[in-house]
Amino acid sequence: MEINLPALFGQLLIGLINGSFYALLSLGLAVIFGMLNIINFAHGAQYMMGAFAAYFLLQFAGLNYWWALILAPVIVGGIGILIERAFLQWLYKLDHLYGLLLTFGLALIIQGLFRHQYGSSGLPYQIPPQLTGVRDLGFTFLPNYRAWVIGMSLAVCLGTWFMIEKTRLGAYLRAATENPTLVRAFGINVPRMITLTYGFGVALAALAGVMAAPIYAVNPTMGADLIIVVFAVVVIGGMGSIMGAIVTGFGLGVIEGLTKYFFPEASNTVIFVIMVIVLVTRPAGLFGRAA
Amino acid sequence: MTQASETITAPAEAHSHKSEMIAFAIMVLVLAVLPAFVYPPFLMKALCFALFACAFNLLIGYVGLLSFGHALYFGWASYFAAHLAKVGKISIPYWAGSWQWLTITNSPMVPELAIFLAVFGAAVLGLIAGSIAIRRQGIYFAMITLALAQMMYFFALQAPFTGGEDGIQPVPRGHLFGLFNLADERVMYVFVLVVFLLGFLLIYRVIHSPFGEVLKAIRENEQRAISLGYKTDRYKLVAFTLSAAIAGLAGAIKPFVVQNASLTDVHWSMSGEVVLMTLLGGLGTIFGPVVGAFTIIAMQNYLAAFGQWVTIIQGTIFVLCVLLFRRGIIGEIANLFRIRL
Amino acid sequence: MKLLRTAILSAAMVSATAAYGQISDGVIKIGVMNDMSGTYADLAGPGSVLAARLAIEDLGDLVKGLKIEVLGADHQNKPDIGSNIVRQWIDVDKVDVIVDVPTSSVALAVNEIVKEKNKVFLVSGAATSDLTGPRCSPNTIHWTYDTWALANGTGNAIVKTGGDTWFFLTADYAFGHALERDTAAVVVKNGGKVVGQVRHPFPGQDFSSFLLQAQASKAKIIGLANAGADTTNAIKQAAEFGITQKGQNLAGLLVFLTDVHSLGLKTAQGLIFTEAWYWDMNDANRAFAKRFAAANRGIHPSMIHAGVYSAVTHYLKSVVALKNDSDGAAVVAHMKQNKTKDALFGEGEVRADGRKIHPMYLFEVKKPEESKGPWDYYKLRATIPADQAFRPIGEGKCPLVKG
Repeated sequence: MEINLPALFGQLLIGLINGSFYALLSLGLAVIFGMLNIINFAHGAQYMMGAFAAYFLLQFAGLNYWWALILAPVIVGGIGILIERAFLQWLYKLDHLYGLLLTFGLALIIQGLFRHQYGSSGLPYQIPPQLTGVRDLGFTFLPNYRAWVIGMSLAVCLGTWFMIEKTRLGAYLRAATENPTLVRAFGINVPRMITLTYGFGVALAALAGVMAAPIYAVNPTMGADLIIVVFAVVVIGGMGSIMGAIVTGFGLGVIEGLTKYFFPEASNTVIFVIMVIVLVTRPAGLFGRAA
Repeated sequence: MTQASETITAPAEAHSHKSEMIAFAIMVLVLAVLPAFVYPPFLMKALCFALFACAFNLLIGYVGLLSFGHALYFGWASYFAAHLAKVGKISIPYWAGSWQWLTITNSPMVPELAIFLAVFGAAVLGLIAGSIAIRRQGIYFAMITLALAQMMYFFALQAPFTGGEDGIQPVPRGHLFGLFNLADERVMYVFVLVVFLLGFLLIYRVIHSPFGEVLKAIRENEQRAISLGYKTDRYKLVAFTLSAAIAGLAGAIKPFVVQNASLTDVHWSMSGEVVLMTLLGGLGTIFGPVVGAFTIIAMQNYLAAFGQWVTIIQGTIFVLCVLLFRRGIIGEIANLFRIRL
Repeated sequence: MKLLRTAILSAAMVSATAAYGQISDGVIKIGVMNDMSGTYADLAGPGSVLAARLAIEDLGDLVKGLKIEVLGADHQNKPDIGSNIVRQWIDVDKVDVIVDVPTSSVALAVNEIVKEKNKVFLVSGAATSDLTGPRCSPNTIHWTYDTWALANGTGNAIVKTGGDTWFFLTADYAFGHALERDTAAVVVKNGGKVVGQVRHPFPGQDFSSFLLQAQASKAKIIGLANAGADTTNAIKQAAEFGITQKGQNLAGLLVFLTDVHSLGLKTAQGLIFTEAWYWDMNDANRAFAKRFAAANRGIHPSMIHAGVYSAVTHYLKSVVALKNDSDGAAVVAHMKQNKTKDALFGEGEVRADGRKIHPMYLFEVKKPEESKGPWDYYKLRATIPADQAFRPIGEGKCPLVKG
C-alpha cells in the first residue's frame, strides 16, 4: 500500500478522537481504583447511562445537548453515589476481587433493565446544531463535533489531573489512599471523600457517554465491549498515575487509528496485542509502580 | 495499598474426608437416576458446565486467582473438537522461500482423538495465557485474563475454520472407540457422566496432593510461600494450565452433546457465567461448582421465555452472593453442619 | 419442561369436534422461536408470535374444529440455547412446526434438528442463503428473504440507475464477506465496477476511519456489507462526515424498518436497500399493519412479521388438506406442490429447494419533509419481479434439486 501522507494525518486525527474516549474512561477507572481499590466493572454501563440520560433529557424535559453535558454526569454520578452507599461500602474490608464481581453483577442488571425497557436497536440522538458541519483541513475532513470532542476531553482530563496532583483537595485524596487513619486525624471525613470520589469517577464515564451519543449508536450494550478494551488500556498504562491513564488513552487511540488504516483486520485486537507485549517487557505497565 | 483482611478462601477445613465421600456417593447416585426424570440433553449440557466450573474453581478456590477469561479455553477446545470431528483438517504454515501450508491430516477424526487433541490445544493456550497473566496479581490478573480472552474471541470470529457467526455445525457424534454409538442418547449420557466424574476426581486428587497443599499456601500468603523456598510462579502456572486443560475437556465434550460449536462459548459473558456458577455454588468447595452450574443452567433453560430477565436475575444473584452469601450454597451448608464439602 | 409450557404466549383454541386422526396428540403446535429481547426483538420478537396468531384468526372457518397452540421462546441469538429449546419442544412438548428463527447460526442449527426429527421449519427471520443452498432440507422452507436476494436487488437496481462505482464497507467475518462477495458479483455482472473495499472489525464502534477511505475512493455508492448496530453506526457517522451531502450514496445490504426507525429520517434519508414487504404498499398491508400495531405497542410490522403470517397461513392450509401434521416432510412436499396465496404476499410458490418465491422491492428512505409521520419511511424505487428476485434454482448447489 502506498503511503498517502494526507490520509495518514487524517487517520492520526481520528485516532485522537477514539483516544479521547479511552482517556476519559480509563481516567475514571484510575480515579476510582486509586481511592476505593475497586475495579469498576460497571463503568461501561455507566457510560451507557450517560448517553441515555442525554436522550431522556431531550425527550422528556426538552433540554438540549449542552444541558445534558452538565446534567447527565450529575444525575448518573448521583446514582453512582447511591450505588457506593448501598453496595460498595460494605466491601472495603474484603478482597478486591469482590468489588470486581459486585460491579460486574451491577453492570448485568443495569444493561438488562435498559434492554428490557428500550430494546437494543438503539435510540436516535442528533449532533447539536452549533457543531454540525465539516471543516476541510486540507489533508482531511474534520467534523466540527469531533474537534469539540478532542478539545473537551483534553480539557477535562487535564483539569482532573490538575485537581488531583496540584491542589490541596487532591493532596488529601492521595494521602487518604496511603494512610486513611492519618488523614482522618486531620479532621477529614474520609468515607464521604471516598463516596464523592466514586461519584466523580462515574460522572466522568457519564460525560463520555453524553459526548458519544451524537456519533455512536445509543443502545444498552454500547459500553459492554468498550469496557474490556479500556481494561487493556489500564493494564498497559498501569494505574499508578493519573497522567499515565491520560497519555495511554490518547496514545492507544492513535495506534488503533493507524492500524485501521494499514491493517484494518487487526484493529480490534491491536490494543490487546500491545498489552501482551507490555506485560512481557514491563509487567508493571508503562507508568505503573511495581505492585 | 491496604491489606485485605478477608481473602477469597474456602470455609474452615474439618479433618475428615468422610463427608466428602458421602456427598460424592449421593452425587453419583443422583446423576445416575436423574435421566429418568429430567430431559437428558439438558443434563448433559449441565454436566459440561459443571466440569467447566470445577476447573475454574481449581484456580479461584485453591490458588486465589480470579480468571475472568476462562471461556477462552472452554470455547476454543469446543471449536477444536468440533472441527476435528467434522472436518479434521490440520494445516501448519511453514517457510520455504514463501509461506506454504503443510497439511497433516485431512479426514474427520474419531471422537476420542478429537477430544484428546482439543484438550491438548486448550492446555497449550492455557500455558501461553497463564505465563503472561501471572506476571500481575489480583485485579490486574483478572483484567489481563479478560483481555486475552477477548483478543482470542476476535480471532475466533475471524478465523475461517470456526465458521464465524454460524459456528461449526452440525457436529457428528460418531462412535467412541469404534464401539459405542454416541448417537444413542443413553450411551451419550453415560459417556458425558463418566468424563465428568473422571475430571471431578482428578481435581479432587490434585487438591489433596502435596502440590495442592502448596497451592493453598500460595492462596493464603504468597510472600510466605516464597520465603519457604517455593517458586510460586511455577506452581501458579502449572495450576493455570491444568485448569485450562480441564476447562478444555468440558468444552471438548460439549459440541458432541449439542452438536454445534459457536461464538457463545468464547464470549466474555461465558467467562462471567462460570464465575457466577462457582460463586453461587461456593468458591473453594469441591461440590459447589457442580451445584452452581446446575442451578444456573436450569435457570437459563426454564426462564428462556423471559429473555432479558435472565441477565437481570444473574446480575442480582451476583450482587446478593457478594454482599450476603460469600460462601455460596454449598459453603453455607458446609458451614452450618461444620463439615467439609 | 412444565415451565416452558407456561411460556405459551397464546393459545388459539376451538373445541375439537372434527375427526383429525393424524394430528399428533390432537393439537397442532406452532413454536415461534426468535430473539425476544436482543438486537432483533423489534423486527421479529413477540411481533412474530402475534403475526402467527393473526394468521390463524384470518383462516377462520378453515381451521375451525382444530386445536392450534402458538408457543413462543427466546433463543437469545445463541445456537446452543436455540437447539436446546427446539429439541425440548419437539421431544417433550410435541411441537409440530418451528417458525421464524432470525440469526443464521441458530437457523442452521435448528435446520438440522428439524430434519432429524421430521418436523417442519418455516424460516422468516434468518438471512443465510445456505438454507436453500448446500444446507437445504426436505423439511425447511425459507420464506421471506435471503442474502442473495438482498445483494441482487440492491446491486442490480442501483447499477441500473447509474450507481456504477462501488466501495464496500464490510464487517470482517463470514457473513459480511458473503454479502460483499454476492453484491460485488451482481455489480460487476451489470457493468458496474468495484473500486475498493475495507474490512472493518466486527462489532465496530467507530467507522470514521473507514468512511474517510470510502470518501477518498470517489465511488458513487458505498455498500454497507454489515448488519444491526454496525450498519446504524456507519450510517450515523456518514451523516456526520457529510458524505451523502457530497454526492455519495449509501446502500444498506441488510436494513430493516426498525433500523430506520431508530436512526430517524434526518440521519437515514436517502439510504437505499431491498426488502420483501412494506406495510404502506397497499390496502391489505395497511389493514394488517393497523391491527398489528394496535396489539404491538405501536411498532409496525416488518417484512419478517409479514413472512411469518404468510408462512403459517400456507402451512395450516396444507395440514388441513392432508389431515396430517405428524410427517413433516409430507407437509412440506404438499406446501411445495400447491401455490401460496394470502393477503400480504398475494400469490406465490415454493420451489423444490425450499425457496418461497415472490417479488422483492427496492426502497429509498424518505426525506423528513416527505414523511407524513412515524413509520412512514419508505418510497418505492423499483420492483424486482418474482422470477428474478431469487437465486436461480440450479446455482444453489442444493442436493434436493435433481439435474
